[in-house]
Amino acid sequence: MANIIEVEDLKKSFAGIEAVRGISFSVQQGSTFGFLGPNGAGKSTTIKMLTTLLRPTTGSILIDGNDPTKDPHAVRRAIGVVFQDPSLDDDLTAWENMELHGVLYGVPRGTRRARISELLKFVELDDRRDSYVREFSGGMKRRLEIARGLLHHPKIIFLDEPTLGLDPQTRNHMWEYLGRLNEREGITVFFTTHYMDEADRNADKIAIIDHGSIIASGAGDELKRQTRKDSLEEAFLELTGRNIREEGASELEHLRMMRRARER
Amino acid sequence: MLRTIYIMWIREVKKFVRSRSRIVGALGQPILFLLALGYGLGSVFQAAGQGSYTQFLVPGIIGMAIIFTSIFNGMQIIWDRQFGFLKETLVAPVSRVAIMLGRTFGGATVATAQGCIVFALTLLFGFHPYSWTLLAPAVLLMFLIASLFSALGITVASFVRDMQGFQLVMNFLVMPIFFLSGALFPPTNAPLLLRVLATVDPLSYGVDGMRTLLIGSSHFGVVTDVMVVFVIAVVFVGIGSYCFTKLEV
Repeated sequence: MANIIEVEDLKKSFAGIEAVRGISFSVQQGSTFGFLGPNGAGKSTTIKMLTTLLRPTTGSILIDGNDPTKDPHAVRRAIGVVFQDPSLDDDLTAWENMELHGVLYGVPRGTRRARISELLKFVELDDRRDSYVREFSGGMKRRLEIARGLLHHPKIIFLDEPTLGLDPQTRNHMWEYLGRLNEREGITVFFTTHYMDEADRNADKIAIIDHGSIIASGAGDELKRQTRKDSLEEAFLELTGRNIREEGASELEHLRMMRRARER
Repeated sequence: MLRTIYIMWIREVKKFVRSRSRIVGALGQPILFLLALGYGLGSVFQAAGQGSYTQFLVPGIIGMAIIFTSIFNGMQIIWDRQFGFLKETLVAPVSRVAIMLGRTFGGATVATAQGCIVFALTLLFGFHPYSWTLLAPAVLLMFLIASLFSALGITVASFVRDMQGFQLVMNFLVMPIFFLSGALFPPTNAPLLLRVLATVDPLSYGVDGMRTLLIGSSHFGVVTDVMVVFVIAVVFVGIGSYCFTKLEV
């Protein structure tokens, strides 16, 4: 099978600090690819570059044969993205969020309605289609976002920590669905996660990134064999060390408080 | 292109109609100004031979409602950025100019609606427009002013990343624009410095145009007013589109 994602010596610096230091990897069409790494390793920066949200400092990316810096619209049509933090509009209903996405991606009206219905049934939100998203739990929002990311039938779906904060039931259900989609539609799945068992179970191939460089890649079993460990979790810790990483998030929390105060 | 503009426009309108607290909240400030200044300074204004202060003040107060609502709406982008929705629109395979235009006109529609509500309320406080037929062009002018400041809000929001920055913009940009615009006092007899500042303040022309259409008195002349507001609105929509296109998350 051909490679649907090709990354060559990709670099990104912010104010002189290198967040991604020349990584190269490829993802086969129709495969499930796990992109792992500790906090602040460069995962989200890489995903942002792959999904046209950030311009690389140097290096090349090909998504389904298109360069995100030269032809972002072609790339955007080929991909669906579920971001790490929610990107729904809380003040709109589930249906309206889907509708807005469908219009932005040019899905024709008739097809759009049918697909939205089908997808909402699939993620078991059909009975809540006219509820405001702000009334949803974290898991419901996640499910809605996944449904939304699939609405325009992308060739690749990017999932940045899609199962964060989900209960095991929802998580299993989600992977079951993605697996079926992967088989039936041949959709390529690119995901990041902190749950190593999840990566081991679902990914055909895994790449581990740390301090902006890819330090290991291969199937889950290969990584275990390389490090002579029984589980991917141990292999991961062996490769990336046991130090705890810091990540700044205080500003966001501050904003949430301001917004709550304003809405009162 | 049109579909994108429409869906972004309807989003703003839906959000506005649904948040009653926001509508009422945004009425507080203009009404307070109208009551405190209108009644408080009314007699002084009259004694100075300038006629009714409430009549003079109302177009300015409507201008106030419009500028605050539209800048605030434009700056919603800061929230959308922090709460993620902005990314959803930025990875969509549509022109960012269309998204920006939809947001601008959505914000402008909302601000115009707010201006009309303020206008309706001023009627309860004794305001009477000089001609009811000029109300329609007055609403159009409101929309033009609102588009200008929505676009300005979006431009500024593409540089500001947090709410501290928002306060800065409110205090050092929006407040001066409002206070120097002649919304509260006639620029005719003001000191030279104030008059010069009023001349470069786009809201001056908006308020002056409103005054012509609502109470039949003008400083710059209504044709100049509309031309200036229109040209600056086009310029700001252009700048805002450019900045929005360059936005990275």
